[in-house]
Amino acid sequence: MAPETSTMTKDPILKVEHLSMRFGGLMAINDFSFEAGRGDITALIGPNGAGKTTVFNCITGFYKPTMGMITMRQRSGHEYLLERLPDFEITKQAKVARTFQNIRMFSGMTVLENLLVAQHNKLMLASGYTFLGLVGFPAYRQASKEAIELARHWLERASLIDRADDPAGDLPYGAQRRLEIARAMCTEPELLCLDEPAAGLNPRESHSLNELLQSIRSDTGTSILLIEHDMSVVMGISDHVVVLEYGQKISDGNPDFVKSDPRVIAAYLGVEDEEVEEVIEQIEEIEGEQGGTKQ
Amino acid sequence: MANIASTTASAGTEVTARALREAVFAGLVTLGLFVLFVGLKTDQNIRNELVLTQRWGLLATFVIIAMVGRFLMVAYAQPWLAQRKAAKAAAPEVVKEEGFFSRNFSKIAIVALILYPPVVLALTGIQGSLKWVDNFGIQILIYVMLAWGLNIVVGLAGLLDLGYVAFYAVGAYSYALLSSYFGLSFWVLLPIAGLLSACWGMILGFPVLRLRGDYLAIVTLAFGEIIRLVLINWTEVTKGTFGVSGIAKATLFGIKFDASKDGFAAMMGLPISSAYYKIFLFYLILGLCMITAFVTIRLRRMPVGRAWEALREDEIACRSLGINTTTTKLTAFATGAMFGGFAGSFFAVRQGFVSPESFIFLESAVILAIVVLGGMGSLTGIAIAAIVMIGGTEILRELTFLKVIFGPNFTPELYRMLIFGLAMVTVMVWKPRGFVGSREPTAFLRERKAVSGSFTKEGHG
Repeated sequence: MAPETSTMTKDPILKVEHLSMRFGGLMAINDFSFEAGRGDITALIGPNGAGKTTVFNCITGFYKPTMGMITMRQRSGHEYLLERLPDFEITKQAKVARTFQNIRMFSGMTVLENLLVAQHNKLMLASGYTFLGLVGFPAYRQASKEAIELARHWLERASLIDRADDPAGDLPYGAQRRLEIARAMCTEPELLCLDEPAAGLNPRESHSLNELLQSIRSDTGTSILLIEHDMSVVMGISDHVVVLEYGQKISDGNPDFVKSDPRVIAAYLGVEDEEVEEVIEQIEEIEGEQGGTKQ
Repeated sequence: MANIASTTASAGTEVTARALREAVFAGLVTLGLFVLFVGLKTDQNIRNELVLTQRWGLLATFVIIAMVGRFLMVAYAQPWLAQRKAAKAAAPEVVKEEGFFSRNFSKIAIVALILYPPVVLALTGIQGSLKWVDNFGIQILIYVMLAWGLNIVVGLAGLLDLGYVAFYAVGAYSYALLSSYFGLSFWVLLPIAGLLSACWGMILGFPVLRLRGDYLAIVTLAFGEIIRLVLINWTEVTKGTFGVSGIAKATLFGIKFDASKDGFAAMMGLPISSAYYKIFLFYLILGLCMITAFVTIRLRRMPVGRAWEALREDEIACRSLGINTTTTKLTAFATGAMFGGFAGSFFAVRQGFVSPESFIFLESAVILAIVVLGGMGSLTGIAIAAIVMIGGTEILRELTFLKVIFGPNFTPELYRMLIFGLAMVTVMVWKPRGFVGSREPTAFLRERKAVSGSFTKEGHG
């Protein structure tokens, strides 16, 4: 393989090794390994049905992988094996937050309340597991004030501050996407996993999304892992791109490398009908070279 | 001008003519429908022969009611509704200023409830007040408390519980059995009954954690039946269907409500009457209701209350935010069950007698109906629904004048369930999200805006 394809990140925040996920007879992910660097924006791309969301669900604990190891290394040096943690502990302890492809809002609660729910564990501790808060303990009042301040901060960042007291279900689509990101950030994660954050956004909205993600990365040092179909987002902001097809990794490297990788072009970015032959030849050539070097 | 007047006049006569036509038609339909059901009745005479009784008078009443009703509907109600609709469409949107009454509704309601027994006492005298304080006051407040307890499980956490009466039974039997076997007082047993019910709430909670929606409802229904069957069949302890009787009454700081020398009436120099005990019980259940409301309102602003509501909205999103949904569900079951237990032990002390008869599925259904009718999650709405539902069925007993129309054998309370069902259908058509469909947010940045019921979810498990 070309040197770029086996990039070993110096200080990976997330290490996925030999991940496999089988649903009955279907091998959704087959021996998939990659690393996400600390402070990087890593994009996971691939055609529909390639298994990207399955990888996400394995990382965030919604699926238990059939095989493989997922290691999350925090800034403090603590390591967590995510495949062993129950889903809520992954957010609570390992500090990995996620958003969903089909937005999951608490639509009957206000925008502000959505962000307060995200700070549940912190507030639970401050309220003495409800008992102290119930009798009006001052520490809880202080903590809830701070929680509202943190929510206000993220509402301003996501430019939702004017809609803070409206029900989340009343927001337009693009704003709901931003709210979901703001809500995930309120859990104070070290790794933020975004499942198609730009789906259904118009170009202007996806441009402002790019800015939001980049500012999250630069201001909080949160690493970002994202699944995306919108190439303007992927190529514009990511430091590292991993390409998945039929549950297997076909390319891994920086955006420029991936963009010019003929396998990626064939599998994902699409080729004209008349070019198919040519691409196959190119791939065979590369594979022939690799076979040669291995021998 | 004259032209317009004549057109409106002709429109008026046109409507009347149409109303008359439709009234006659409705009368014919009614006659056709009821001639065999109501007009004729088969009866047995003394010699066991089948005879045909003719009830033309009753049939005529039915037909006349239908005709008059249809006439009024077409001639007056429909034009009035159309006019109102047009007026509403024409009138510009006015920002509704909340009146003094609606702003301070809960305070006014509490004051009214505190003043209720003395006012009733003054109006109807000591013996006359019994019915109003006991049958209306206490009965309704018990259901208000039960429904507020169930509201935590169904309205906030979105977990459909059809077996809530089980916790009511656990509370009632806890008090009945522990007081008759160990002689403990009401004030000691009230918290114990609550705790025991909460434990049973957890015991129910564990197996149903993974269930959602219909499946959850069926298992909770079965749980309610299990508790009732245990109470019936564990005869050595619970005395089975005979029930536990002679349950000790509650005391006010050790003062008994009886005819003894150091009883309440003797101490206060009042004539001996059971009404004082009932009034004491009224204030007791009022206090318990206030505690339930206070705790519910406080809990909603706690992280656990927000987690309950978030659980109702989207369970998967909850888990992705690091909320332990297992403990969240269990706390909802336990808290709801605890209030059911309090209400149960109050029920036992009020009746002085408990039997499994009081804890049938119908009770669960009535409590759930009150929660749904009131608007899930809204304390005010639920209280109104309890007054309408329970007060309404009590009122039925008072409607003795109906005997004049339907004959001396007519007992209106037998139609309780029919009217109950009709009322539910009507309210659900008129207000699909219950009396108070909107939701009060638990925190706000600039202004507190109620969340419309169309955004909130009912929960799926």
